[in-house]
Amino acid sequence: MTWNLNSDRPIYSQLIDKLKMDIISGVYNPGDKIPSVRELAADASVNPNTMQKALAELERDGLVFSQRTSGRFITEDKNMIKNVKNQLAIEQITEFFERMNQLGYKKEETIKLIESALRGKENE
Amino acid sequence: MSNILECQSLVKKYGLKTALSGIDLKIEPGHITGLLGPNGSGKSTLIKLINGLLVPDSGSIKINGLTPGIETKKIVSYLPERTYLDNASKVKDIIVFFEDFYDNFNKEKAYDMLSHLNINPNDRLKTMSKGTKEKVQLILVMSRDAELYCLDEPIAGVDPAARDYILNTIISNYNENASIIISTHLISDIENILDDIVFIADGKVKLKSTVDDIRFKEGKSVDALFREVFKC
Repeated sequence: MTWNLNSDRPIYSQLIDKLKMDIISGVYNPGDKIPSVRELAADASVNPNTMQKALAELERDGLVFSQRTSGRFITEDKNMIKNVKNQLAIEQITEFFERMNQLGYKKEETIKLIESALRGKENE
Repeated sequence: MSNILECQSLVKKYGLKTALSGIDLKIEPGHITGLLGPNGSGKSTLIKLINGLLVPDSGSIKINGLTPGIETKKIVSYLPERTYLDNASKVKDIIVFFEDFYDNFNKEKAYDMLSHLNINPNDRLKTMSKGTKEKVQLILVMSRDAELYCLDEPIAGVDPAARDYILNTIISNYNENASIIISTHLISDIENILDDIVFIADGKVKLKSTVDDIRFKEGKSVDALFREVFKC
């Protein structure tokens, strides 16, 4: 598992994004136990306190819950995971349209371009 | 809970030259702090004061509430910038020496790390490369169950792969209540494992912050900020 942390954003928010991604993409399944803070920190080569902070935030959001003695688990609420997935998808789309806007494309033009790009792929 | 390190108006002069001109600094237990600054800014002087190798001209320095001395040396594990180990000794003999010298030295931990880094305990230091010697020294220092680790330029001579292993060793081996102070120029290599950074310049603390606060406020890495602040 690679973490690919970049250097200009806070580390803990990148850890949150990466963990969310792993939950959405099924690296972790609903109800799975996740590794300890130490193990995750060593794996990502980050400070354990920073990893702790990231997990605490996921816990506040309800994506992860902890059981006093046995560790942390992924939520079993599949709807919640789906919501996070949708939310991330919308963020990506918004970002994409913004970038296309910077290139000078209006929304309708962008959509047309997407359609023709997809058709091009199908014809390959 | 008291601070592991507390400096108040700490001043150190070498003859006419002022190395530290009024350092105020507090370091909390359980934190990994990067001590960063250009050459000659006073980093090593501060670390030597922490270890009782120098005494302040004025101001105070306290480790866990105590003035540096025999009691604080029991809880501080120090990696100096230059080695003090006997070049003719074998690694295993130095381990016996450390075990005898420090109550909190963990021999198993030392042997475990040596084998991970493919260092033969029967080798003599003088037969080793500069980087391997540095690894041995760091292993000895990190094998102590200390409350404060002071690492002066710990990874400078070590190859990038071993550097990763060493950084992982540091974060997975120190206990949660222990603190680490690392002085280094290799900021981008260690940035991700730090809680806090302290910028030192001209014998003064120029900035103390958490790594994520810098990234959040400045939108750049500590390494990039350092290059900007200390631009020549």
